[in-house]
Amino acid sequence: MHPAPSLIVFTVLSGLGMGMIAWIGLGLGSESHLFGWIAGPLALAVAGLGGVASVGHLARPDRAWRAFSQWRSSWLSREACLMVTAKVTFVVYLALWLLLDIRVWPLGWLAAALATATVYATAMIYAQLRTVPMWSGAPTPHLFIAMMMAGGLLAGSAVKASVGLDVPIGYMVVWVLGAAGTAVWWQTQAAGAGRGLYGSSAETATGLVGRGQVRSLERPHTGSNYLLKEMAYTVGRRRAFELRRLGAILGFIVPLVLALASYLVGAWALIPAVLAHIAGMLALRWLFFAEAEHVQALYYGAR
Amino acid sequence: MTTLPERTDKKLGLVIDLDICVGCHACAVNCKEWNTGGYGAALSDQDPYGADPTGTWLNRIHTYEVEPREGPAQIVHFPRSCLHCEDAPCVTVCPTGASYKRVEDGIVLVNEDHCMGCGLCAWACPYGARELDAAAGVMKKCTLCVDRIYNDNLPEEDRVPACVRSCPAGARHFGDLSDPNSDVAQLVTERGGLDLMPEMETKPVNKYLPPRPKDARAPGPDLAALAEPEAKGFLGWLDKALERL
Repeated sequence: MHPAPSLIVFTVLSGLGMGMIAWIGLGLGSESHLFGWIAGPLALAVAGLGGVASVGHLARPDRAWRAFSQWRSSWLSREACLMVTAKVTFVVYLALWLLLDIRVWPLGWLAAALATATVYATAMIYAQLRTVPMWSGAPTPHLFIAMMMAGGLLAGSAVKASVGLDVPIGYMVVWVLGAAGTAVWWQTQAAGAGRGLYGSSAETATGLVGRGQVRSLERPHTGSNYLLKEMAYTVGRRRAFELRRLGAILGFIVPLVLALASYLVGAWALIPAVLAHIAGMLALRWLFFAEAEHVQALYYGAR
Repeated sequence: MTTLPERTDKKLGLVIDLDICVGCHACAVNCKEWNTGGYGAALSDQDPYGADPTGTWLNRIHTYEVEPREGPAQIVHFPRSCLHCEDAPCVTVCPTGASYKRVEDGIVLVNEDHCMGCGLCAWACPYGARELDAAAGVMKKCTLCVDRIYNDNLPEEDRVPACVRSCPAGARHFGDLSDPNSDVAQLVTERGGLDLMPEMETKPVNKYLPPRPKDARAPGPDLAALAEPEAKGFLGWLDKALERL
Protein backbone atom coordinates (compact mmCIF):
# COMPACT_ATOMS: atom_id res chain seq x y z
CA MET A 1 0.00 0.00 0.00
CA HIS A 2 1.13 3.53 -0.77
CA PRO A 3 2.62 5.07 2.39
CA ALA A 4 1.00 8.49 2.14
CA PRO A 5 2.85 11.02 4.35
CA SER A 6 -0.47 12.55 5.40
CA LEU A 7 -1.66 9.24 6.83
CA ILE A 8 1.64 8.44 8.52
CA VAL A 9 1.83 11.84 10.24
CA PHE A 10 -1.86 11.65 11.11
CA THR A 11 -1.81 8.19 12.70
CA VAL A 12 1.41 8.85 14.64
CA LEU A 13 0.51 12.31 15.98
CA SER A 14 -3.14 11.54 16.60
CA GLY A 15 -2.07 8.40 18.48
CA LEU A 16 0.43 10.35 20.56
CA GLY A 17 -2.00 13.16 21.36
CA MET A 18 -4.81 10.74 22.19
CA GLY A 19 -2.38 8.80 24.37
CA MET A 20 -1.61 11.97 26.34
CA ILE A 21 -5.31 12.77 26.63
CA ALA A 22 -5.93 9.25 27.93
CA TRP A 23 -3.21 9.44 30.59
CA ILE A 24 -4.12 12.97 31.72
CA GLY A 25 -7.76 11.90 31.86
CA LEU A 26 -6.78 8.93 33.99
CA GLY A 27 -5.00 11.26 36.41
CA LEU A 28 -1.36 11.49 35.37
CA GLY A 29 0.18 14.56 37.07
CA SER A 30 -2.69 14.56 39.51
CA GLU A 31 -2.88 17.96 41.22
CA SER A 32 -0.37 20.23 39.51
CA HIS A 33 -2.04 23.08 37.62
CA LEU A 34 1.26 23.88 35.92
CA PHE A 35 1.38 20.36 34.50
CA GLY A 36 -2.23 20.69 33.37
CA TRP A 37 -1.62 24.00 31.64
CA ILE A 38 1.31 22.61 29.65
CA ALA A 39 0.36 18.98 29.03
CA GLY A 40 -3.34 19.55 28.31
CA PRO A 41 -2.98 22.09 25.48
CA LEU A 42 0.06 20.19 24.18
CA ALA A 43 -1.98 16.97 23.91
CA LEU A 44 -4.71 18.83 22.05
CA ALA A 45 -2.18 20.52 19.77
CA VAL A 46 -0.45 17.24 18.86
CA ALA A 47 -3.73 15.43 18.23
CA GLY A 48 -5.02 18.49 16.36
CA LEU A 49 -1.95 18.61 14.14
CA GLY A 50 -2.59 14.95 13.32
CA GLY A 51 -6.18 15.80 12.44
CA VAL A 52 -5.00 18.55 10.08
CA ALA A 53 -2.60 16.11 8.41
CA SER A 54 -5.44 13.62 7.83
CA VAL A 55 -7.38 16.24 5.85
CA GLY A 56 -4.33 16.45 3.56
CA HIS A 57 -5.14 12.92 2.40
CA LEU A 58 -8.46 13.98 0.92
CA ALA A 59 -8.85 14.91 -2.73
CA ARG A 60 -11.84 17.09 -1.79
CA PRO A 61 -11.14 18.41 1.74
CA ASP A 62 -14.01 20.89 1.43
CA ARG A 63 -16.34 17.92 1.89
CA ALA A 64 -14.60 16.50 4.96
CA TRP A 65 -17.52 17.54 7.18
CA ARG A 66 -19.63 14.87 5.51
CA ALA A 67 -17.44 12.24 7.17
CA PHE A 68 -19.38 12.75 10.43
CA SER A 69 -22.54 11.32 8.91
CA GLN A 70 -22.00 7.57 8.45
CA TRP A 71 -21.03 6.40 11.96
CA ARG A 72 -23.56 3.57 11.76
CA SER A 73 -21.55 1.68 9.14
CA SER A 74 -18.15 3.28 8.53
CA TRP A 75 -15.10 3.08 10.80
CA LEU A 76 -13.63 6.20 9.22
CA SER A 77 -16.77 8.11 10.09
CA ARG A 78 -16.77 6.68 13.63
CA GLU A 79 -13.17 7.79 14.00
CA ALA A 80 -14.04 11.34 12.97
CA CYS A 81 -16.98 11.49 15.41
CA LEU A 82 -15.01 9.94 18.28
CA MET A 83 -12.05 12.24 17.69
CA VAL A 84 -14.15 15.37 18.04
CA THR A 85 -16.10 13.97 21.01
CA ALA A 86 -12.89 12.98 22.81
CA LYS A 87 -11.33 16.40 22.29
CA VAL A 88 -14.44 18.30 23.39
CA THR A 89 -14.82 16.11 26.50
CA PHE A 90 -11.16 16.64 27.33
CA VAL A 91 -11.42 20.43 26.87
CA VAL A 92 -14.39 20.57 29.27
CA TYR A 93 -12.55 18.38 31.80
CA LEU A 94 -9.43 20.53 31.47
CA ALA A 95 -11.35 23.82 31.76
CA LEU A 96 -13.21 22.69 34.91
CA TRP A 97 -9.94 21.54 36.44
CA LEU A 98 -7.70 24.47 35.55
CA LEU A 99 -10.11 27.41 35.51
CA LEU A 100 -12.64 26.48 38.19
CA ASP A 101 -10.47 24.06 40.16
CA ILE A 102 -13.15 21.37 40.00
CA ARG A 103 -11.68 17.98 39.14
CA VAL A 104 -14.50 15.88 37.71
CA TRP A 105 -12.80 12.51 37.66
CA PRO A 106 -15.49 10.58 35.74
CA LEU A 107 -15.25 13.21 32.99
CA GLY A 108 -11.50 12.57 32.79
CA TRP A 109 -12.09 8.84 32.59
CA LEU A 110 -14.67 9.43 29.87
CA ALA A 111 -12.14 11.49 27.90
CA ALA A 112 -9.60 8.69 28.32
CA ALA A 113 -12.11 6.09 27.12
CA LEU A 114 -13.10 8.21 24.13
CA ALA A 115 -9.43 8.84 23.22
CA THR A 116 -8.75 5.09 23.32
CA ALA A 117 -11.89 4.45 21.27
CA THR A 118 -10.68 7.00 18.70
CA VAL A 119 -7.40 5.16 18.22
CA TYR A 120 -9.29 1.86 18.11
CA ALA A 121 -11.47 3.27 15.32
CA THR A 122 -8.37 4.48 13.45
CA ALA A 123 -6.91 0.99 13.65
CA MET A 124 -10.19 -0.59 12.56
CA ILE A 125 -10.11 1.42 9.31
CA TYR A 126 -7.15 -0.78 8.41
CA ALA A 127 -8.12 -3.92 10.32
CA GLN A 128 -11.52 -4.13 8.58
CA LEU A 129 -9.92 -4.50 5.13
CA ARG A 130 -10.06 -8.15 4.16
CA THR A 131 -8.35 -7.04 0.97
CA VAL A 132 -5.14 -6.38 2.94
CA PRO A 133 -4.61 -9.63 4.88
CA MET A 134 -1.57 -8.21 6.70
CA TRP A 135 -3.83 -5.65 8.35
CA SER A 136 -7.00 -7.65 8.85
CA GLY A 137 -5.24 -10.84 9.88
CA ALA A 138 -2.97 -9.11 12.42
CA PRO A 139 -4.13 -7.62 15.73
CA THR A 140 -3.83 -4.11 14.30
CA PRO A 141 -6.02 -2.46 17.00
CA HIS A 142 -3.87 -3.95 19.79
CA LEU A 143 -0.78 -2.61 18.06
CA PHE A 144 -2.19 0.90 17.64
CA ILE A 145 -3.47 1.08 21.24
CA ALA A 146 -0.18 -0.24 22.68
CA MET A 147 1.70 2.41 20.70
CA MET A 148 -0.75 5.12 21.74
CA MET A 149 -0.45 4.33 25.47
CA ALA A 150 3.34 4.02 25.36
CA GLY A 151 3.77 7.31 23.45
CA GLY A 152 1.23 9.16 25.57
CA LEU A 153 2.85 8.09 28.82
CA LEU A 154 6.31 8.94 27.55
CA ALA A 155 5.23 12.43 26.44
CA GLY A 156 3.17 13.00 29.59
CA SER A 157 6.09 11.93 31.79
CA ALA A 158 8.40 14.28 29.89
CA VAL A 159 6.12 17.22 30.61
CA LYS A 160 5.74 16.09 34.21
CA ALA A 161 9.47 15.89 34.74
CA SER A 162 10.00 19.23 32.99
CA VAL A 163 7.80 21.03 35.53
CA GLY A 164 9.71 19.41 38.36
CA LEU A 165 7.33 16.63 39.37
CA ASP A 166 8.44 13.14 40.26
CA VAL A 167 7.60 10.37 37.81
CA PRO A 168 8.39 7.23 39.74
CA ILE A 169 6.02 4.56 38.46
CA GLY A 170 5.80 6.10 35.06
CA TYR A 171 9.14 4.78 33.94
CA MET A 172 8.25 1.24 34.80
CA VAL A 173 4.99 1.46 32.92
CA VAL A 174 6.72 3.06 29.94
CA TRP A 175 9.11 0.19 29.97
CA VAL A 176 6.44 -2.47 30.15
CA LEU A 177 4.20 -0.87 27.54
CA GLY A 178 7.10 -0.08 25.27
CA ALA A 179 8.26 -3.65 25.42
CA ALA A 180 4.75 -5.00 24.97
CA GLY A 181 4.20 -2.69 22.05
CA THR A 182 7.41 -3.78 20.42
CA ALA A 183 6.54 -7.41 20.89
CA VAL A 184 3.08 -7.06 19.42
CA TRP A 185 4.40 -5.03 16.54
CA TRP A 186 7.23 -7.43 15.87
CA GLN A 187 4.91 -10.40 15.84
CA THR A 188 2.34 -8.85 13.60
CA GLN A 189 4.30 -6.80 11.13
CA ALA A 190 7.86 -8.06 11.04
CA ALA A 191 7.18 -11.59 9.88
CA GLY A 192 4.69 -10.50 7.24
CA ALA A 193 1.94 -12.23 9.21
CA GLY A 194 -1.28 -12.51 7.33
CA ARG A 195 0.14 -12.89 3.85
CA GLY A 196 -2.02 -15.36 1.95
CA LEU A 197 -4.35 -15.68 4.94
CA TYR A 198 -7.54 -15.97 2.88
CA GLY A 199 -5.89 -17.99 0.13
CA SER A 200 -6.17 -15.35 -2.59
CA SER A 201 -4.05 -15.91 -5.66
CA ALA A 202 -3.98 -15.05 -9.35
CA GLU A 203 -6.09 -18.20 -9.79
CA THR A 204 -8.90 -17.18 -7.39
CA ALA A 205 -8.73 -13.59 -8.70
CA THR A 206 -9.49 -14.71 -12.24
CA GLY A 207 -11.71 -17.65 -11.33
CA LEU A 208 -9.34 -19.93 -13.27
CA VAL A 209 -8.84 -22.35 -10.38
CA GLY A 210 -7.57 -25.87 -11.00
CA ARG A 211 -6.43 -25.21 -14.55
CA GLY A 212 -2.78 -24.64 -13.86
CA GLN A 213 -0.68 -21.66 -13.05
CA VAL A 214 -2.15 -18.29 -14.00
CA ARG A 215 0.42 -15.75 -15.08
CA SER A 216 -0.08 -12.17 -16.23
CA LEU A 217 0.92 -12.12 -19.87
CA GLU A 218 -0.14 -8.59 -20.78
CA ARG A 219 -1.33 -5.83 -18.51
CA PRO A 220 -4.22 -3.67 -19.69
CA HIS A 221 -1.85 -0.77 -20.27
CA THR A 222 1.87 -0.18 -20.56
CA GLY A 223 1.94 2.71 -18.09
CA SER A 224 0.97 2.97 -14.46
CA ASN A 225 -2.42 3.87 -12.98
CA TYR A 226 -4.12 4.83 -9.73
CA LEU A 227 -4.55 1.19 -8.71
CA LEU A 228 -0.89 0.34 -9.13
CA LYS A 229 0.35 3.51 -7.43
CA GLU A 230 -2.01 3.10 -4.49
CA MET A 231 -2.33 -0.67 -4.08
CA ALA A 232 0.84 -2.20 -5.52
CA TYR A 233 3.44 0.00 -3.89
CA THR A 234 6.70 -1.93 -3.66
CA VAL A 235 9.36 0.78 -3.23
CA GLY A 236 11.43 0.38 -0.09
CA ARG A 237 10.42 -3.16 0.83
CA ARG A 238 13.98 -4.17 0.05
CA ARG A 239 15.24 -2.09 2.98
CA ALA A 240 12.44 -3.14 5.29
CA PHE A 241 14.65 -5.00 7.74
CA GLU A 242 17.02 -2.06 8.26
CA LEU A 243 14.16 0.37 8.61
CA ARG A 244 12.40 -1.89 11.11
CA ARG A 245 15.53 -2.12 13.22
CA LEU A 246 15.98 1.65 13.08
CA GLY A 247 12.33 2.13 14.06
CA ALA A 248 12.63 -0.24 17.00
CA ILE A 249 15.82 1.43 18.24
CA LEU A 250 14.52 4.99 17.90
CA GLY A 251 10.98 4.20 18.92
CA PHE A 252 11.61 2.10 22.01
CA ILE A 253 15.20 1.40 22.96
CA VAL A 254 16.52 5.00 22.85
CA PRO A 255 13.51 6.36 24.81
CA LEU A 256 13.87 3.66 27.46
CA VAL A 257 17.61 4.26 27.85
CA LEU A 258 17.04 8.02 28.06
CA ALA A 259 14.20 7.51 30.54
CA LEU A 260 16.50 5.52 32.82
CA ALA A 261 19.34 7.98 32.23
CA SER A 262 17.13 10.88 33.30
CA TYR A 263 17.50 9.67 36.91
CA LEU A 264 21.17 10.54 36.62
CA VAL A 265 21.35 13.47 34.19
CA GLY A 266 18.02 15.17 34.87
CA ALA A 267 14.51 15.33 33.49
CA TRP A 268 15.51 17.10 30.27
CA ALA A 269 16.61 13.70 28.89
CA LEU A 270 12.93 12.79 28.51
CA ILE A 271 12.45 15.42 25.81
CA PRO A 272 14.87 13.83 23.30
CA ALA A 273 13.32 10.52 24.37
CA VAL A 274 9.91 11.67 23.13
CA LEU A 275 11.40 13.04 19.90
CA ALA A 276 13.23 9.75 19.26
CA HIS A 277 10.00 7.86 19.93
CA ILE A 278 8.14 9.98 17.36
CA ALA A 279 10.90 9.46 14.77
CA GLY A 280 10.85 5.70 15.39
CA MET A 281 7.07 5.58 15.15
CA LEU A 282 7.15 7.45 11.82
CA ALA A 283 9.56 4.83 10.44
CA LEU A 284 7.45 1.94 11.70
CA ARG A 285 4.22 3.46 10.43
CA TRP A 286 5.82 3.98 7.03
CA LEU A 287 6.57 0.26 6.99
CA PHE A 288 3.04 -0.54 8.18
CA PHE A 289 1.81 0.87 4.87
CA ALA A 290 4.71 0.07 2.54
CA GLU A 291 4.85 -3.60 3.50
CA ALA A 292 1.12 -4.24 3.35
CA GLU A 293 0.01 -6.14 0.26
CA HIS A 294 -3.35 -5.67 -1.41
CA VAL A 295 -5.03 -8.61 -3.17
CA GLN A 296 -5.85 -6.32 -6.09
CA ALA A 297 -2.19 -6.40 -7.15
CA LEU A 298 -2.67 -10.09 -8.02
CA TYR A 299 -4.45 -9.02 -11.20
CA TYR A 300 -1.25 -7.32 -12.30
CA GLY A 301 1.05 -10.17 -11.33
CA ALA A 302 2.37 -7.89 -8.58
CA ARG A 303 2.23 -7.99 -4.79
CA MET B 1 -26.59 5.93 3.35
CA THR B 2 -23.68 3.55 3.29
CA THR B 3 -25.41 0.62 4.88
CA LEU B 4 -26.28 -2.07 2.36
CA PRO B 5 -29.90 -2.84 1.53
CA GLU B 6 -31.24 -6.11 3.00
CA ARG B 7 -32.22 -7.19 -0.47
CA THR B 8 -32.55 -5.60 -3.86
CA ASP B 9 -35.54 -5.94 -6.20
CA LYS B 10 -33.29 -6.87 -9.11
CA LYS B 11 -29.66 -7.84 -9.45
CA LEU B 12 -28.59 -6.18 -12.65
CA GLY B 13 -25.17 -7.26 -13.76
CA LEU B 14 -22.90 -8.60 -16.43
CA VAL B 15 -21.98 -12.10 -17.47
CA ILE B 16 -18.61 -12.20 -19.18
CA ASP B 17 -17.69 -15.17 -21.31
CA LEU B 18 -13.97 -15.86 -20.99
CA ASP B 19 -14.32 -18.54 -23.66
CA ILE B 20 -15.27 -15.93 -26.25
CA CYS B 21 -13.42 -12.76 -25.26
CA VAL B 22 -10.69 -12.03 -27.80
CA GLY B 23 -9.05 -9.26 -25.79
CA CYS B 24 -9.67 -6.49 -28.32
CA HIS B 25 -10.28 -3.77 -25.64
CA ALA B 26 -13.28 -2.44 -27.60
CA CYS B 27 -15.47 -2.64 -24.47
CA ALA B 28 -12.93 -0.63 -22.46
CA VAL B 29 -12.63 2.01 -25.19
CA ASN B 30 -16.38 2.37 -25.58
CA CYS B 31 -16.76 2.46 -21.78
CA LYS B 32 -14.30 5.32 -21.58
CA GLU B 33 -15.97 7.10 -24.49
CA TRP B 34 -19.48 6.86 -23.08
CA ASN B 35 -18.67 7.50 -19.45
CA THR B 36 -16.37 10.45 -20.01
CA GLY B 37 -19.29 12.37 -21.44
CA GLY B 38 -22.17 10.91 -19.46
CA TYR B 39 -22.86 10.35 -15.78
CA GLY B 40 -20.77 12.52 -13.43
CA ALA B 41 -17.25 13.86 -13.82
CA ALA B 42 -15.26 13.09 -16.96
CA LEU B 43 -12.74 10.22 -16.94
CA SER B 44 -9.62 12.33 -17.08
CA ASP B 45 -6.18 11.48 -18.42
CA GLN B 46 -2.93 12.91 -17.13
CA ASP B 47 -0.05 13.51 -19.52
CA PRO B 48 -2.01 11.69 -22.26
CA TYR B 49 0.47 12.38 -25.07
CA GLY B 50 3.58 12.51 -22.91
CA ALA B 51 6.10 9.99 -21.71
CA ASP B 52 4.12 8.70 -18.73
CA PRO B 53 0.41 8.75 -19.49
CA THR B 54 -2.12 7.68 -16.85
CA GLY B 55 -5.85 7.98 -16.64
CA THR B 56 -9.11 6.78 -15.19
CA TRP B 57 -10.76 3.73 -16.72
CA LEU B 58 -13.76 1.80 -15.43
CA ASN B 59 -12.96 -1.35 -17.35
CA ARG B 60 -9.53 -2.81 -17.97
CA ILE B 61 -8.62 -5.84 -20.04
CA HIS B 62 -5.93 -8.22 -18.82
CA THR B 63 -4.43 -11.15 -20.66
CA TYR B 64 -3.31 -14.21 -18.75
CA GLU B 65 -1.47 -17.35 -19.62
CA VAL B 66 -2.74 -20.47 -17.89
CA GLU B 67 -0.13 -23.14 -17.82
CA PRO B 68 -1.31 -26.61 -16.84
CA ARG B 69 1.16 -29.13 -15.52
CA GLU B 70 0.86 -31.05 -18.76
CA GLY B 71 -0.32 -29.95 -22.16
CA PRO B 72 -0.20 -26.64 -23.95
CA ALA B 73 -0.71 -23.31 -22.21
CA GLN B 74 -3.96 -21.42 -22.72
CA ILE B 75 -4.38 -17.69 -23.24
CA VAL B 76 -7.32 -16.09 -21.43
CA HIS B 77 -8.42 -12.50 -22.02
CA PHE B 78 -9.98 -11.08 -18.93
CA PRO B 79 -12.04 -7.87 -18.72
CA ARG B 80 -12.10 -6.49 -15.17
CA SER B 81 -14.69 -4.02 -13.90
CA CYS B 82 -17.05 -3.50 -10.94
CA LEU B 83 -18.94 -6.68 -10.00
CA HIS B 84 -21.77 -4.80 -8.20
CA CYS B 85 -21.36 -7.09 -5.19
CA GLU B 86 -24.26 -7.95 -2.92
CA ASP B 87 -22.00 -7.48 0.12
CA ALA B 88 -20.07 -4.59 -1.35
CA PRO B 89 -17.31 -3.64 1.13
CA CYS B 90 -16.69 -0.40 -0.78
CA VAL B 91 -20.13 0.85 0.26
CA THR B 92 -19.98 0.16 3.98
CA VAL B 93 -16.55 1.75 4.49
CA CYS B 94 -17.62 5.07 2.92
CA PRO B 95 -17.58 7.78 5.60
CA THR B 96 -19.56 10.42 3.70
CA GLY B 97 -22.51 8.43 2.41
CA ALA B 98 -21.39 8.99 -1.18
CA SER B 99 -21.23 5.27 -2.00
CA TYR B 100 -24.48 3.37 -2.11
CA LYS B 101 -26.16 0.29 -3.51
CA ARG B 102 -29.52 0.86 -5.14
CA VAL B 103 -32.48 -1.06 -3.74
CA GLU B 104 -34.33 -1.17 -7.05
CA ASP B 105 -31.65 -2.82 -9.19
CA GLY B 106 -28.56 -3.45 -7.04
CA ILE B 107 -26.28 -1.08 -8.96
CA VAL B 108 -23.43 0.29 -6.83
CA LEU B 109 -22.97 4.00 -7.44
CA VAL B 110 -21.04 7.00 -6.13
CA ASN B 111 -22.75 10.31 -5.45
CA GLU B 112 -19.96 12.50 -6.76
CA ASP B 113 -21.32 15.60 -5.03
CA HIS B 114 -20.73 13.96 -1.63
CA CYS B 115 -17.44 12.09 -2.26
CA MET B 116 -14.48 13.65 -0.44
CA GLY B 117 -11.89 11.54 -2.27
CA CYS B 118 -10.44 9.69 0.72
CA GLY B 119 -9.87 6.56 -1.36
CA LEU B 120 -10.92 4.08 1.32
CA CYS B 121 -13.51 2.40 -0.94
CA ALA B 122 -10.77 1.65 -3.49
CA TRP B 123 -8.81 0.01 -0.68
CA ALA B 124 -11.82 -2.04 0.36
CA CYS B 125 -12.45 -3.40 -3.15
CA PRO B 126 -10.62 -6.65 -3.95
CA TYR B 127 -11.15 -6.24 -7.68
CA GLY B 128 -9.59 -2.85 -8.44
CA ALA B 129 -12.90 -1.58 -9.66
CA ARG B 130 -12.67 1.93 -8.23
CA GLU B 131 -10.29 4.63 -9.35
CA LEU B 132 -9.89 8.11 -7.92
CA ASP B 133 -9.99 10.60 -10.76
CA ALA B 134 -6.93 12.81 -10.50
CA ALA B 135 -8.63 15.83 -12.05
CA ALA B 136 -12.04 15.70 -10.38
CA GLY B 137 -10.83 14.31 -7.04
CA VAL B 138 -13.80 11.97 -6.75
CA MET B 139 -14.09 8.20 -6.96
CA LYS B 140 -15.11 6.80 -10.34
CA LYS B 141 -16.53 3.35 -10.97
CA CYS B 142 -18.70 1.37 -13.37
CA THR B 143 -22.30 2.62 -13.24
CA LEU B 144 -23.54 -0.29 -15.34
CA CYS B 145 -24.33 2.60 -17.72
CA VAL B 146 -27.24 3.65 -15.57
CA ASP B 147 -27.68 6.56 -18.00
CA ARG B 148 -28.18 4.16 -20.93
CA ILE B 149 -30.15 1.20 -19.61
CA TYR B 150 -33.18 3.28 -18.54
CA ASN B 151 -32.81 5.91 -21.26
CA ASP B 152 -36.00 6.12 -23.32
CA ASN B 153 -34.31 8.50 -25.76
CA LEU B 154 -32.11 5.69 -27.02
CA PRO B 155 -33.25 2.96 -29.42
CA GLU B 156 -34.13 -0.16 -27.47
CA GLU B 157 -31.09 -2.13 -28.64
CA ASP B 158 -28.84 0.56 -27.19
CA ARG B 159 -30.33 0.32 -23.70
CA VAL B 160 -27.53 -1.92 -22.47
CA PRO B 161 -24.15 -0.97 -20.98
CA ALA B 162 -21.73 0.49 -23.53
CA CYS B 163 -19.32 -2.43 -23.09
CA VAL B 164 -22.03 -4.97 -23.91
CA ARG B 165 -23.21 -2.99 -26.91
CA SER B 166 -19.72 -2.67 -28.36
CA CYS B 167 -18.40 -6.20 -27.86
CA PRO B 168 -17.83 -7.52 -31.40
CA ALA B 169 -17.52 -11.11 -30.23
CA GLY B 170 -20.65 -11.32 -28.09
CA ALA B 171 -18.66 -12.12 -24.97
CA ARG B 172 -20.59 -9.76 -22.70
CA HIS B 173 -24.17 -10.20 -21.54
CA PHE B 174 -26.37 -7.91 -19.46
CA GLY B 175 -29.46 -8.75 -17.47
CA ASP B 176 -31.17 -9.45 -14.17
CA LEU B 177 -29.31 -12.19 -12.36
CA SER B 178 -31.98 -12.46 -9.64
CA ASP B 179 -34.47 -13.85 -12.18
CA PRO B 180 -33.64 -17.53 -12.74
CA ASN B 181 -35.41 -17.42 -16.13
CA SER B 182 -33.38 -14.52 -17.48
CA ASP B 183 -30.95 -15.19 -20.31
CA VAL B 184 -27.99 -14.28 -18.15
CA ALA B 185 -29.06 -16.53 -15.27
CA GLN B 186 -29.58 -19.41 -17.75
CA LEU B 187 -26.09 -18.85 -19.12
CA VAL B 188 -24.61 -18.93 -15.62
CA THR B 189 -26.40 -22.20 -14.85
CA GLU B 190 -25.50 -23.88 -18.14
CA ARG B 191 -21.88 -22.82 -18.22
CA GLY B 192 -21.03 -22.89 -14.52
CA GLY B 193 -20.60 -19.14 -13.99
CA LEU B 194 -17.92 -18.21 -11.48
CA ASP B 195 -17.43 -15.66 -8.70
CA LEU B 196 -14.08 -13.89 -8.56
CA MET B 197 -12.21 -14.22 -5.25
CA PRO B 198 -15.09 -15.84 -3.35
CA GLU B 199 -12.81 -15.88 -0.27
CA MET B 200 -13.30 -12.11 -0.03
CA GLU B 201 -16.98 -12.79 0.82
CA THR B 202 -18.31 -10.00 -1.35
CA LYS B 203 -20.97 -12.06 -3.20
CA PRO B 204 -20.36 -10.57 -6.66
CA VAL B 205 -23.40 -10.16 -8.92
CA ASN B 206 -21.35 -10.25 -12.14
CA LYS B 207 -20.34 -13.75 -13.18
CA TYR B 208 -17.57 -15.05 -15.40
CA LEU B 209 -18.10 -18.02 -17.69
CA PRO B 210 -14.97 -20.18 -17.64
CA PRO B 211 -13.13 -20.92 -20.86
CA ARG B 212 -13.68 -24.44 -22.12
CA PRO B 213 -10.64 -26.66 -21.74
CA LYS B 214 -8.40 -26.61 -24.73
CA ASP B 215 -8.84 -29.51 -27.14
CA ALA B 216 -6.39 -32.30 -26.52
CA ARG B 217 -3.99 -32.33 -29.43
CA ALA B 218 -4.59 -35.42 -31.60
CA PRO B 219 -1.42 -37.37 -32.35
CA GLY B 220 -0.40 -35.94 -35.72
CA PRO B 221 1.58 -37.54 -38.57
CA ASP B 222 5.27 -38.25 -38.07
CA LEU B 223 6.64 -35.10 -39.69
CA ALA B 224 10.25 -36.24 -39.62
CA ALA B 225 9.39 -39.31 -41.66
CA LEU B 226 7.49 -37.21 -44.19
CA ALA B 227 10.56 -35.08 -44.75
CA GLU B 228 12.44 -38.12 -46.07
CA PRO B 229 11.86 -38.58 -49.83
CA GLU B 230 10.38 -41.99 -50.46
CA ALA B 231 12.37 -43.96 -53.06
CA LYS B 232 10.62 -46.48 -55.26
CA GLY B 233 11.66 -49.09 -57.83
CA PHE B 234 15.34 -49.65 -58.45
CA LEU B 235 16.37 -46.73 -56.19
CA GLY B 236 14.17 -48.16 -53.41
CA TRP B 237 15.85 -51.55 -53.74
CA LEU B 238 19.26 -49.80 -53.70
CA ASP B 239 18.29 -47.74 -50.62
CA LYS B 240 17.25 -50.85 -48.69
CA ALA B 241 20.32 -52.81 -49.88
CA LEU B 242 22.65 -50.00 -48.74
CA GLU B 243 20.84 -49.81 -45.39
CA ARG B 244 21.49 -53.52 -44.89
CA LEU B 245 25.22 -53.02 -45.39
